[in-house]
Amino acid sequence: MIKDEEKPQIQQIERSRSGGMQHHLAAHARAIPPSGIRRFFDLVSASKDKDIITLGVGEPDFVTPWRVRDAAVYSLEKGKTQYTPNAGMPELREAIGQYLNNQFHLTYDPAKEMIVTVGGSEGIDLALRALIEPGDEILVPEPCYISYSPITSLSGGVAVGIETFAEDQFKLTAASLKAAITPRSKILILCYPSNPTGAIMTYEEMLPIAKIVEENDLIVISDEIYAELTFNGGRHASFASLPGMKDRTILVSGFSKAFAMTGWRMGYACGHPDLISAMLKIHQYTIMCAPTMGQVAALEALTKGGLEEKDRMMESYNQRRRLVVQGFRDMGLECHEPHGAFYAFPSVKSTGLTSEQFAERLLLEAKVAAVPGHVFGKGGEGFLRCCYATSVTQLTEALERINLFLRSLE
Amino acid sequence: MNEFKLSILDLLKEDARLSAATIATMLGAKQEDVSAAIAEMEQDHVIVKYATVVNWSKVDDEKVTALIEVECTPERGRGFENIAERIYLYPEVKSVYLMSGAYDLLVEIEGKNLKEVASFVSNKLSTIESVISTKSFFILKKYKQDGIIFEEFEDDHRLLVSP
Repeated sequence: MIKDEEKPQIQQIERSRSGGMQHHLAAHARAIPPSGIRRFFDLVSASKDKDIITLGVGEPDFVTPWRVRDAAVYSLEKGKTQYTPNAGMPELREAIGQYLNNQFHLTYDPAKEMIVTVGGSEGIDLALRALIEPGDEILVPEPCYISYSPITSLSGGVAVGIETFAEDQFKLTAASLKAAITPRSKILILCYPSNPTGAIMTYEEMLPIAKIVEENDLIVISDEIYAELTFNGGRHASFASLPGMKDRTILVSGFSKAFAMTGWRMGYACGHPDLISAMLKIHQYTIMCAPTMGQVAALEALTKGGLEEKDRMMESYNQRRRLVVQGFRDMGLECHEPHGAFYAFPSVKSTGLTSEQFAERLLLEAKVAAVPGHVFGKGGEGFLRCCYATSVTQLTEALERINLFLRSLE
Repeated sequence: MNEFKLSILDLLKEDARLSAATIATMLGAKQEDVSAAIAEMEQDHVIVKYATVVNWSKVDDEKVTALIEVECTPERGRGFENIAERIYLYPEVKSVYLMSGAYDLLVEIEGKNLKEVASFVSNKLSTIESVISTKSFFILKKYKQDGIIFEEFEDDHRLLVSP
């Protein structure tokens, strides 16, 4: 029996013998770079300053509508605590199918072409794992959500960033896509409306992209988690709705952003039965099924009452979007018009600071947290991701502080 | 009421301190149009007042609020209008509603303490000629008023930075 006071000594001996545990790690796990957003999160958290206003979040400021929460609570009271079918509750899949049809003119067979996942994130992981073979190249328009490239490397693929530019409103252009294609190109990941830029792509703008996808026999993973958040009449067009693209597209989406359900981790993926059944195999062995109470909540979100709540939230985002974009422009920062998601992506290049320097000094000197653009990959340097899903009072105060900070730089 | 005015009201209802300029930006409208619409609504008494919602339970000199069900005899030709007026003119009376159902008027009264409210009911309200009976209910705690939840349970619990 080892006495408690001897334990630390033994642990130390073991450590020195092995030189830590790092060498047990798989090379691909070791090779994933730490997330830049994590570094910034640590910096913000370390300050412990209660006065900080954060524009650094990536989620709605609304709490999940009460009727949705209530449905989940009720299901627990009724003892709905068992597994559901691997692909998700049939009635939920049915409701998702109906919803996608009403909103985006998509037709998916809930029985064969759909799987309910643990957040949109799992859908992306499943799709990449089901498709990638070592050395395959995955095309990723950047700046983009931070997970695509690490998950690609975990599956043995190679992420190839395609830079997009403010001049093009951060849309993917046919020319730059063409230039990035090689014989190893296999998948294109699209994320419009975009985190972090707020860019959208219209049906017409995606047509030439679809043509190249067809010509090069690519598969598209279309992350449409922000699909409901489009403004100024720029209604979202799903990539799968383009001619000939349904079979080539794996649509990944979920309830997090549109229904303020981030913590529930409820998502779904739709696509060709061959692709979905392969993804379902992986899902069966790793996850079994998405949490049951979350599925019940998601089903409630898709009822008439849930959808009305969603519309109310969208209107409120749009109001705040206008406020923030105008605010940045008034203080002299260039800010392209974000037509989707809940982010503004102003340029801070005019200050001569890098986005990291700017974000750090803004945090320390003006007590406003926003995410420096370089963490989102190519083309993000010189920009700042500002989430406007926060109260008007906080936004107004944040804009005032940023303005004062800018003046202090002059 | 047109949609534009309704949107303005929705915003002002949440925060009456929003300037016309801010509202204009938020709605993607012209500032002069917003100002004109607000002025018009003030004139028409659509916007009656810009008041503050106070959680009096957090203020030292606490107040007592009671809801009084009042049964009364309506007057020929004027119904309940005169009686209602006689009641609502008292400053202690916070609101008066004409109700369907077992009684006629629902009166909300605010006083410094129980005694003050009780004395108002017995000396002022019950003595009005057409009042037949009153039933008083004291409010013990306010959870939600005019759509505003008083408890701070829906604070921002989000991580400061997330992807």
